[in-house]
Amino acid sequence: MLNVMDTVEEAVAGIKDGSTVMIGGFGNAGQPFELIDALMDCGAKELTVVNNNAGQGDQGLALLIKEGRVRKMICSFPRQSDSWHFDAKYRAGHIELELVPQGNLAERIRAAGAGIGGFFTPTGYGTILAEGKETRIIDGRGQVFETPIHADVALIKALKADGKGNLVYRKTARNFGPIMAAAARHTVVQVSEIVPVGGLDPESVVTPGIYVNSIVKVA
Amino acid sequence: MTVQPNNQIGLQTVSIKSREKPLGRDDLARLVARDIKPGSFVNLGIGQPTLVSNYLQPEQDITLHTENGMLGMGPEATGDQIDGDLINAGKIPVTELPGASYFHHADSFAMMRGGHLDICVLGAFQVSAAGDLANWHTGAPDAIPAVGGAMDLATGAKDVFVMMTLLTREGASKLVETCTYPLTGVGCVTRVYTDMAVFLTGPDGVQVRETFGCTFEELQALVPVPLVPVPLKAAPAVGP
Repeated sequence: MLNVMDTVEEAVAGIKDGSTVMIGGFGNAGQPFELIDALMDCGAKELTVVNNNAGQGDQGLALLIKEGRVRKMICSFPRQSDSWHFDAKYRAGHIELELVPQGNLAERIRAAGAGIGGFFTPTGYGTILAEGKETRIIDGRGQVFETPIHADVALIKALKADGKGNLVYRKTARNFGPIMAAAARHTVVQVSEIVPVGGLDPESVVTPGIYVNSIVKVA
Repeated sequence: MTVQPNNQIGLQTVSIKSREKPLGRDDLARLVARDIKPGSFVNLGIGQPTLVSNYLQPEQDITLHTENGMLGMGPEATGDQIDGDLINAGKIPVTELPGASYFHHADSFAMMRGGHLDICVLGAFQVSAAGDLANWHTGAPDAIPAVGGAMDLATGAKDVFVMMTLLTREGASKLVETCTYPLTGVGCVTRVYTDMAVFLTGPDGVQVRETFGCTFEELQALVPVPLVPVPLKAAPAVGP
């Protein structure tokens, strides 16, 4: 049953200390800033956050990291010209980093949503990011065993939802949204518009509502 | 004059295509663009490889992929075109061309890993004689590691072109026997475009297609791996 929330505060109210939270977005595109701000206000701490990056500038995920609410980041590209809050925490030893090649990150998230127990991938074979992992030669190629990444909660951003929780996205802001929606036990989506049931063309739905628990309209 | 198909060249001058001066960044980008076969699906890495897009010709009908979920990427956006929801892998606002498509991250990397991309062009710290690539991490103890999609690109594309200066600021060759920086991918690089020469890497060793501002012999003196000259016609454009 889909919850249509009035406020972002209500939408994130159930997030507990120690949760694993997937946050959509690649850079700022698709990053659910309002939900992240509400997560900040709700006080949850000791979080493990899954995102491609580790925050940019002085907003969104970067502030969550600055305030010491993130115990561990699982991401592919933490270091950027404006990732100063992550950089400071990392150098001080105050945040753990699990660095994952971007395609492995995406596929591990997808695997969680698809009920896959793990997969062999050539990406990372022979590199330090495969150290300690099981490897096999399959079809003559070295491959590395990677496991799914599950989450308690996903916070994502879409363009529109209908009353069933079906989602459509906008341009490259789609990025991790669909796979995170499927991977998390509880998925919260901020959208620019909520349309009535029947208001989305079923052929154009990207994320079916079965993956969505709560939606909230953000102006 | 014939070209000897091995490295036993002695004092003989080798006849491969040679230009008088080293190539600048834009000339190098023009050369890479020219070598991409029409109809190819291509991913251009962040930094110097992005310059290649400036020299792709419309008649080449190249489709650019960006790993954050788009095929049919157009030029960088300016003015009113700038849209925060439409960025490339370097997080720069870009435009979409007619026929573009969007897809989620797992699909984007599946098309990469699945061998559907013809070429990716990447920068590098080092490339080994066997085509190993090091381009994501200096291994310095205080460096914050960030890999992004580099390992996926290096492993997934049918052909991996590297663009880099041949020498470090200290004058050391970045084409090496064995990479000393942490690897991005093993045996993945097929061509290395540098300011001083174009190299082809593969089972036949490191071949030199052309040189810029140096002779083959001068190049060999700079690079600590055995080089083999090949005529230009042996290394045609790459693509589908």
